[in-house]
Amino acid sequence: MDKVSENASGENKKAAYVSMKGVGHKYDPSPDTPMVVQDIDLDIHRHEFVAVVGPSGCGKSTLLRMVAGLLIPSHGDVSVFNLPVTEPRDDVGIVFQKANLLPWLTVRKNVLFPLKHKYGSYSASDEKRANELLEMAGLTQFADKMPDELSGGMQQRVGIIRALLLNPDILLMDEPFSALDALTREQIGFDLLDIWKEHPKTVLFITHSITEAVLLSDRILVMSKRPGTVLDLIDVDLPRPRSQKTINSTRFAELTDLIRGYIYEPNTPA
Amino acid sequence: MNQTLPLKSWIQHQANRFAPALFFIGLVVLWELICQLGNVPNYILPSPSAIITAFFDVEFSRWMTHLWATLRVALMGFVLSICIALPLSIGMMRSELMNRILYPALIVIQSTPVVAVAPLIIVLLGTDDPSRVLITCLITFFPLVVSTTTGMLETPPEMIELSQSLRAPRYRETWQIRIPYAIPHIFSGLRVSITLAIIGAVVAEFVAAEEGLGYFIQFSTSFFKIPQAFAGLIFLSIISLLLFKSVQWIQVWLFPWSLPKKK
Repeated sequence: MDKVSENASGENKKAAYVSMKGVGHKYDPSPDTPMVVQDIDLDIHRHEFVAVVGPSGCGKSTLLRMVAGLLIPSHGDVSVFNLPVTEPRDDVGIVFQKANLLPWLTVRKNVLFPLKHKYGSYSASDEKRANELLEMAGLTQFADKMPDELSGGMQQRVGIIRALLLNPDILLMDEPFSALDALTREQIGFDLLDIWKEHPKTVLFITHSITEAVLLSDRILVMSKRPGTVLDLIDVDLPRPRSQKTINSTRFAELTDLIRGYIYEPNTPA
Repeated sequence: MNQTLPLKSWIQHQANRFAPALFFIGLVVLWELICQLGNVPNYILPSPSAIITAFFDVEFSRWMTHLWATLRVALMGFVLSICIALPLSIGMMRSELMNRILYPALIVIQSTPVVAVAPLIIVLLGTDDPSRVLITCLITFFPLVVSTTTGMLETPPEMIELSQSLRAPRYRETWQIRIPYAIPHIFSGLRVSITLAIIGAVVAEFVAAEEGLGYFIQFSTSFFKIPQAFAGLIFLSIISLLLFKSVQWIQVWLFPWSLPKKK
């Protein structure tokens, strides 16, 4: 039985959510060490798209690493499907900042890397799935190229479909488009929404772009500067599918203004 | 006028392209002139032409015997040092304790002049290949260990997180991520080591040998056959240069992705 479909079945079918209760973290237990994040409460429903925005250094990425099981919080609990997260899970895919592709592997082998790395090998049907993912991302003709022959946007597409290879239920994205130019960024955002509609995932999307957060997500967690705490949890009540028109709507402007108000406190020079 | 401009720029372009070769040829010509005009005796500084004559005076088979003796020792020492350096680097990268124990030991070995230790090694292991290979190995393995360890430790944390998020076994993290990431570092270590390997082999021959290019140079000098010694020296340099280039070619051939990006 191939590993991909095995992963897709089983416990993932149950109503799933990611839950954080009173989560805080400091890297050193001594009382002098400041908290990186503090008192975070967040419930993400299954197949919901939640964005986290906040000033740089507020611990957004720390939050993502806790859900990924790469970092165990010193305070509070993180759980997925009601089970505490104590190590990385098989049903979580991570999209890193700056694609994080391996420069010594072709694009196709980069997409297949999670299987190769986790199990040591992959089957012909896995390879077929990789090709389907490549086609979905419009990268078929680049499959045998090396990553550095691709543009930044294309590299990050590879990063996204690599995270989708094991068909995870939860997709964690750590400022995935921050290295891209504005035009590429907008396009790849819409493409991500298309993929998400076709293959629903629970998405935690870290970004420092307010417009990107409003454009893509169902809810937005706004964080304060360090130590990062929850300033607000905003429902994005914009209709889907979202498009260029969404950006021009008044509601879009209201929501971005609301978040801007939190991030740029009055009388504080940037 | 319009045609002279492209011609002029063409000449400039060619001159620029062959600048290193022209400089080298100029140097040789200057050397020849100084020897000829200044009547410098051959046993002080032989002229290039005298060196070339001396080179062809020695039978080809004799050159090959000496070359093979040196090359054999250098390459065996080089390969042995790769075989030692790679596992050692992996061990030092994986275990903090091993790093703390081995690093000072490596520094001690590296800061001990191999030339001074060489006679002792000969006493210990005899006058055959094993002692010469060990001397070569001692001189070559330090840069390899340092570059390999550095490369593996410099692996971006996101790549390691990718591995951790997949809960892959540690050996796959090492083989599929850290070692490939270290390839450019490993090759810069190999380029340093291969030239050191020749030095190691020659040092060993100076101490105890009956053949080899180092031995040949020493032997020629002691009989005041200075042009012949120079011929041996230049031959040795060319071999060393070819080995250096071979390491680069191997990198281009096997790991083209690891080369520095052209602008």
